[in-house]
Amino acid sequence: MDLKIQKIIPQLITVLVVVLVFGFFTYNAQINMENRGIDFGYGFLSQESSFDVQFSLIEYDGSHSYFRAYLVGLLNTILVSVIGIIIATILGVIVGVARLSPNYLINQFAAFYVEFFRNIPLLLQIFFWYFAALRALPLPQDADAMLGVFFLTIKGLYVPAFIWENLNVFLYSIIAAIIAIVVIRIHARKVQETQGKQLPVFWISVGLIFILPLLSFLIGGVSLSFEIPKLKQLATTSFKYEGGISLPPELIALTLSLALYTATFIAECVRAGIQGVGKGQKEAAASIGLNPNQVLKLVVMPQALRIIIPPTTNQYLNLTKNSSLAAAIAYPDLVLVFAGTALMQTGKAIEIVSITMLTYLSLSISISILMNWYNKKIAIKEK
Amino acid sequence: MSKINFLKPGKDNLTTFIFMGSFLFVISVIDVFLNSFFSLNITGFLPSSLSFIIPIILGFIGLYFIRIEHSGNKFLDQVNKNINTSNFNAILSLLIIFIIIKSIPPVLSWFVVDASFAGDSKDVCSGTGACWTYIKVWFRRFMYGMYPNAEQWRINLSFIALALLGSVGYFATEKFKKYLTLYYVVIYPFIAFLFIFFFISGGPIFFDFSYGIIAAVISIIIGFFIPSKFKFYYFIFVPITLYIALKYFIFYEELIELGKLDGLNWVETGAWGGLSLTFIISFFCLIFCFPIGMAFALGRRSDFPLIRYISIGFIEFWRGVPLITVLFMSAVMFPMFLPADFFIDKLVRCIIAISLFEAAYVAEVIRGGLQALPRGQYEAAKSLGMGYWRMHIFVILPQALKLVIPGIANTFLALVKDTPLIFVVGLLEIVGMLNLAKTNPEWLGFAMEGYVFAAIIFWIICYAMSKYSYNLEQKYKTER
Repeated sequence: MDLKIQKIIPQLITVLVVVLVFGFFTYNAQINMENRGIDFGYGFLSQESSFDVQFSLIEYDGSHSYFRAYLVGLLNTILVSVIGIIIATILGVIVGVARLSPNYLINQFAAFYVEFFRNIPLLLQIFFWYFAALRALPLPQDADAMLGVFFLTIKGLYVPAFIWENLNVFLYSIIAAIIAIVVIRIHARKVQETQGKQLPVFWISVGLIFILPLLSFLIGGVSLSFEIPKLKQLATTSFKYEGGISLPPELIALTLSLALYTATFIAECVRAGIQGVGKGQKEAAASIGLNPNQVLKLVVMPQALRIIIPPTTNQYLNLTKNSSLAAAIAYPDLVLVFAGTALMQTGKAIEIVSITMLTYLSLSISISILMNWYNKKIAIKEK
Repeated sequence: MSKINFLKPGKDNLTTFIFMGSFLFVISVIDVFLNSFFSLNITGFLPSSLSFIIPIILGFIGLYFIRIEHSGNKFLDQVNKNINTSNFNAILSLLIIFIIIKSIPPVLSWFVVDASFAGDSKDVCSGTGACWTYIKVWFRRFMYGMYPNAEQWRINLSFIALALLGSVGYFATEKFKKYLTLYYVVIYPFIAFLFIFFFISGGPIFFDFSYGIIAAVISIIIGFFIPSKFKFYYFIFVPITLYIALKYFIFYEELIELGKLDGLNWVETGAWGGLSLTFIISFFCLIFCFPIGMAFALGRRSDFPLIRYISIGFIEFWRGVPLITVLFMSAVMFPMFLPADFFIDKLVRCIIAISLFEAAYVAEVIRGGLQALPRGQYEAAKSLGMGYWRMHIFVILPQALKLVIPGIANTFLALVKDTPLIFVVGLLEIVGMLNLAKTNPEWLGFAMEGYVFAAIIFWIICYAMSKYSYNLEQKYKTER
């Protein structure tokens, strides 16, 4: 009895404190909102937003609702995060491996890169790219084409757009290729387990993923053409490019700095992971007759990945959260569009900030669930 | 001399290969060097695409020739081992060497040769180099924000005093070392708090500072006569009680007079800024986030399910949202949650928000340390009859905190790098000041200089801190 009370009392006190604090806050919020004549509610989401967003993945203008504006911001955030994660991963793996290179120059170069970009605040890097580096780019009329089709100007990067015909056939062919590869992999594993033979799964997969889409071009009626951006004169000194896809400088500055910054952390994770695999593992693998490629693929990488993935997940989460710094350079992400412009117009501070925070929370949680699932899949299965 | 097989450099014709290889390599380096430093192009007679690739080919052949294993020449073996292990490595090494040579002249000319240092107006900056005059003119703004020039000695004095007080640990005698933790955890933050909020802020509340000093001095003097058993509790409660007593009951009128006479000008927190604000915010957030984080780390490992869930909720919530939305919340949402006549300064709100945010990260780091301790430590402490708090204060936490020093240092590093975000609530530390200066019509077009300047400062601070934490880690490693 005595022990039970001892266990219950501290919990009761804590809960009481938490409830009191929250109660205090809600009570004040109610009174404040009454005083200012604001009513609480999420009804504003369906109202007309009447503001424009300069860069949007879906069709949007002032006549759409606030909810649509929220979606625009969310998609822009996801766009930056996905591009950033892809670039940062590629760069991070390269730099992480380079730091372990026996070549003195290469590993020092990689170490310099890591130490340099890691120790400068991300916001400063974003400002640097946006206000200093990208402002030094040429005006549209002076820009030289890169590879004939890319135009990097002060107003953004213009890339050719793909124009597809029968895109769905092409997508079906890719899906078919992926299904075929999965089937072949399962079959190959069975063959290996029962007969001990190894099928060249890798080459078959590469062949399938190229040949099936190619077939869709030849017989499926798929065709692809490019729309190359063209310079157009608006006034005597004002030019712009038309056609193709234009990426605003805010997007470029943001992805570039996010990727460069996060890549340093990923590089450290990769280095720690590869170093964490014992030397004996490699030697043991070599001594049972595996060739260097097999040693890397079958012995080192599976073990290194196990060490690399949890901290790298954290870095992906950080990148997603850091993409909110977009607000500083007016890239229309979730924070700028929704917690900035929409909040300013409606004055619904509590609703909008809570929605924004919940969105980031669910983005974070979904990435970490995904990564936990993958992590569990590759974790040691002890018998 | 035997027949030379150029495709297979070997030991037989060592001198020939070394001579030819080094010659080709040196030629390629000299070509790039002349090209970049004196814009001479010795391969200019070739087509332009070829003349670009010639040094790489020459250098590659050179490195191929000198790649002789166990040549007996120590220097050559060292070179081969370090930069020239395979064809692929050789090309990468060459590229890096060339990039370094190519990038030295433009960087050097921008930073030093063509840069302007003299003068105090924009007119001296017409060259292609950096305009350091801009930094020179705006230096005080970048360091102190809008803090009045005549009062800036207060910031300097406070920082110097705090640095001196902070270095006490290095000079402490053996006898005093026992109290170092107490000093750093309770007394030092308290003094720092008084310094910053009453000395830097100044004004009519300056006399509060004197109460603090009097309270601290009196309590330390009495402290020598307190039996050591109660010293811990004494130093936690008495100075603050004394301070409050002094402030509200004794000497009140006299000290108000004193404060009015010698009072410093009041500088509102909105005028604080620049690098000094970065330091102030990082300092306070570090002090506050540490105990909060520790509490939630313990809460997350508590046996009480309700406390555990509340802690998990707190930690995961702050870790899941970006700092910028937290600052948004502190700016627009937090005032709604307080009584209407209750006003909190925006700097204080900012510090609270960042502290709570960082506390969640600190909590996770400390939890890592707690989990890394062997169970035996807990069981041994319990078997000695220690209760929960005694066990944690005397046995668990000292060991766990030692383990997580690098993690804490990383969190603190992240905190320093996050301070520029306070631009959201309208406070301008150094990066914010740069953006303000950049839009000044008299000084347009010097964004690059400003960002490079701030980057160098932040880089030095962060790099020094990470090296220091690495050293600490090494030091404690050997002690274990």
